[in-house]
Amino acid sequence: MSTTSVLGGVVKRREDPALIQGTGLYVDDVKLPGMLYAAFVRSPFAHARITSIDASAALAMEGVEAVYTIDDVRHLGPVLAQVPIGKVRPLLADGVVNHVGEAVAMVVAKDRYLARDAADAVEVDYEPLPAVVDLKEAATDQRKVHDDLESNILMTWEAGPFGDPDAMAETRRKIDEAKARDDTVVVSIEAVNQRLIGTAIEPRAVLADWNPGYGRFTVYSSTQIPHALAGAIAKTFGVTYNDVHVVAPEVGGGFGLKLNIYNDEILVAFASQKLGHPVKYTESRRESPNSTIQGRGWIATATLVGTRDGEILGYELHGLCDMGAYSQNFTVAIPFLGVFVASGQYKFPTHVKLDCVATHTMTTDAYRGAGRPEAIYYLERVIDAYARKIGMDPAEVRRKNYIPADAFPGAISPVGFAMDTGDYAKALDALVESDGYREMLAERDRMRAEGKLAGVGLSTYVEVCGFGPSGLVDLGFSWSEYGAPSAFSGSGLVRVNPDSTVTVIIGTGPSGQGHQTTWSQIVADQLGIPLERIRVIHGDSEESPFGVGTFGSRSAAVDGSATFEAAQKVRAKAAKIAAHLLEASEEDIQFADGGAFVAGSPDQTVSWEEIATVAYQPHRLPEGVEGGLEAHAIFSPANATWPFGAHAALVEVDGDTGDVRLLRYITVDDCGNVINPMIVDGQIHGGLAQGIGQAMFEEAVYDADGNLLTGSLLDYVLPTAADLPSFELHRTVTPSDINPLGVKGIGEAGTIGSAQTVVNAVVDALEPLGVEHVDMPLRPKRVWQAIQDAKGGN
Amino acid sequence: MFPRSFEYVAPADLAEAAEALASAEFAKVMSGGMSLIPMMKLRLLSPDLVVDIGKIRGLDQIEDRGDAIAIGALVRHAQTAASDAVPAALRTAAAWTGDTQVRNRGTTVGSVAHADIAADQPAAVLALGATMVARSASGTREIPADEFFVDALTTALEPGEILAEIRIPKAGGGSAYEKLGRRGGHTDYAVAGAAAWVQRSNGSISDCRVALTGVGTKPTLAEGVAEALIGTDGSASAVEAAAARATEGVTLLEDLYGSEEYKAHLAKVMTARALTQAIANA
Repeated sequence: MSTTSVLGGVVKRREDPALIQGTGLYVDDVKLPGMLYAAFVRSPFAHARITSIDASAALAMEGVEAVYTIDDVRHLGPVLAQVPIGKVRPLLADGVVNHVGEAVAMVVAKDRYLARDAADAVEVDYEPLPAVVDLKEAATDQRKVHDDLESNILMTWEAGPFGDPDAMAETRRKIDEAKARDDTVVVSIEAVNQRLIGTAIEPRAVLADWNPGYGRFTVYSSTQIPHALAGAIAKTFGVTYNDVHVVAPEVGGGFGLKLNIYNDEILVAFASQKLGHPVKYTESRRESPNSTIQGRGWIATATLVGTRDGEILGYELHGLCDMGAYSQNFTVAIPFLGVFVASGQYKFPTHVKLDCVATHTMTTDAYRGAGRPEAIYYLERVIDAYARKIGMDPAEVRRKNYIPADAFPGAISPVGFAMDTGDYAKALDALVESDGYREMLAERDRMRAEGKLAGVGLSTYVEVCGFGPSGLVDLGFSWSEYGAPSAFSGSGLVRVNPDSTVTVIIGTGPSGQGHQTTWSQIVADQLGIPLERIRVIHGDSEESPFGVGTFGSRSAAVDGSATFEAAQKVRAKAAKIAAHLLEASEEDIQFADGGAFVAGSPDQTVSWEEIATVAYQPHRLPEGVEGGLEAHAIFSPANATWPFGAHAALVEVDGDTGDVRLLRYITVDDCGNVINPMIVDGQIHGGLAQGIGQAMFEEAVYDADGNLLTGSLLDYVLPTAADLPSFELHRTVTPSDINPLGVKGIGEAGTIGSAQTVVNAVVDALEPLGVEHVDMPLRPKRVWQAIQDAKGGN
Repeated sequence: MFPRSFEYVAPADLAEAAEALASAEFAKVMSGGMSLIPMMKLRLLSPDLVVDIGKIRGLDQIEDRGDAIAIGALVRHAQTAASDAVPAALRTAAAWTGDTQVRNRGTTVGSVAHADIAADQPAAVLALGATMVARSASGTREIPADEFFVDALTTALEPGEILAEIRIPKAGGGSAYEKLGRRGGHTDYAVAGAAAWVQRSNGSISDCRVALTGVGTKPTLAEGVAEALIGTDGSASAVEAAAARATEGVTLLEDLYGSEEYKAHLAKVMTARALTQAIANA
């Protein structure tokens, strides 16, 4: 690499001036001439038959252009789920509604106030039906969510290892044997990993414009997957990929919420084509929890068996996962991501069995971490309980049971997946040997001596991300249902312009991750061209090479690697041109400080301007070298990546009220090589906020009738900066060996490592009172109740 | 989140505002708009007319009237929180209301007039025995705090009345406010809160008022607590015994943040903490 300062250096985010000054372009900022606005009539019932829809009053309002129901759009068919297991959501409710907030009709009007008024004026008669809301009840199949499905259990994922029934039977036998031994202890925790409402600062928004003259759609959408959306629209309307242009401008938060093709994205395109006007829909904050996917929603039992000296002999995770009423993009595949990491970074036999269960609630799908925070939560909670039970240091128990560093390369997890690189004890040791961790323990002991309830929690984690491998396509993740067949590969195009500025065009786009900066660093490092002369273009289905999108902490590892390889190709070609101009050998050309020079003769230089100029004047090029200076690369990873880390928290609990104060939080994360430490730290900060938010505040609460009681930000408590301590971040670096950058991915690690760290700390604080577990979120009422129950039990 | 259509006026003085208020079938007064606007956007409230008193001069003052401190209708929470003239219970309650943006925009009087069941400042003005000064087209009416809070989001204000001022008697003694907020500590709406005011003379508690918020349908005076504490020496054990009576006569309301049992417990804890602090301040 020609410069070391750019790659791995702290570079301020180049995208921030526009975002901070409010001049960034979001979908709702786009206003087209003649634009109309859509609003939705939504079901107030969790389960009901629609007996009539009367839109006459709405249609009579001046400025209301149309009211559409399923009868108008049935011919378009449903948006197909990527993993079409369960009930696919119809474009609009078809005779029956299956969750509160399900869209029943779409109103299109001249302004958004009128659209809302008209939606309120649509009269829908419902015949309420009994709702199946409780997850455990749903799993019994006593009452069906969908009459036409055989069971509420849509899918069962089982592994130990995955895909090998004989080996799994052997695993189960080993675990049962261990349980039956006299000299082992068995620890079991049933816990709720509650439903969460992912809350992006920018709710979803979409604007579609059909141009009948060109026969093309232009669609602006706040999406993580613009190319897939283009494919879905093409397929739905029977046009070609060439007839759809999707633009994802600035996206104000994704977290997996925008990793779906949503019905409203199709419906506004339909309305635009029908009415001959651009049509926009911007989701309101109030309707978002019921119109955008939710996350988590597991009830599971984690059981661990081990010896009294800390050797873990087996682990079981058996649970129910709430899918909601309809399957959307990945819905039933999300628990599978939990299966992936069910055995964490450990070597003990593991059996995992997860039932994906339908209920009359909003769909769940990918929310930051998606299956992995849930799985790691159970594993790290029960290991903590085991350490407590045998009286061993929680760090020591973990260290003793890790897959050892010398198992890499080639390590296969007990649930059957190949892991790239790992040195788990290194991250754990970096944490527990830090001054911060020692201070935490000392502070806890000091507070306890004062009669306070204080606790330190520890958790380690492994994550799987950077999806890849391309072969996932063979498991059904092909995106072909969206009319956009593609593997989990990455793409990047690097073009040196005639003035020697560089345009980088990539297949993924940011929803806050800082692609503009990170990709500039990757390219600047290869070419020796300053960051200021590099521009990154993303999120445009026409301009960008095909990409599957930004999710699963995959952009840098996969599309970043493609861009790295494209930059290498450009560099190789530039070296040819420079060698020609300098009359030197190609092998002797090196790049630095805005140009090329001959190794050993730094005076023999040629600037990038000269190289670029010559590139675009083919008659000046050496024989056999084509004109132009650009390259495209596809990177096809052989595996996903497996980051890991260790987290610790110090808490104080007010025993009189149950109030939990998070006093200190330390992390050691290992995401492989780091391109920009500041961006990596920022990703960890955000991930921690959302993980701690789950631990302490957030919960989607439904009543027995399926009404969402926490549907507004008044009742759905999100963490704010004021609720969180200053995070203390450290890292170890274990490069991945499956991509040229050696990077792994850091978008979700903070979320995956943190929730159980906080719960472990609170349980540690309450140990003197005999509390063994408290479910999340650790609301004061729940912590206080746990204290009362423990007192009652004494 | 789009309100239904409504008319809007921004009168120049209170008389004009009162007139405007009387002119519409369903009019609402807006000061900081921190509660009214969200309710309108959620379509929980759809007034025909919004009377914005924000342009009226002279309402943004905290005045010492000799026997009382008068808080004008446009005094922001942040102003109340920063004023040495305001008793500690109300000052603290204002400081723990909302977040920085809300405290810079929302008003103490508006919060009291809105009467949210989990708001902080209504409990404080009730414990401090404040007088509400209501202005209407037909004149001015004084309402004692004890009679002001009727039910959830419901006060003794008549449709044509504007809460123009809150007067807090300069009765001496000490006061304090304590709460557990929804996100823990003192942040967010009160899961339970208690405002206390005490007067000491000759080494014993001669007068006391405690008001609770967050636990029932309205801010409520805990009369049993006052009864138990008056005449005692205000010691820790006296406070503890008095606080045990916090929920006497209170209709407890279970919500997402607590069961009746938990709220009853918290009411006692917060009462004891507020009393201890108030006695220290007295």
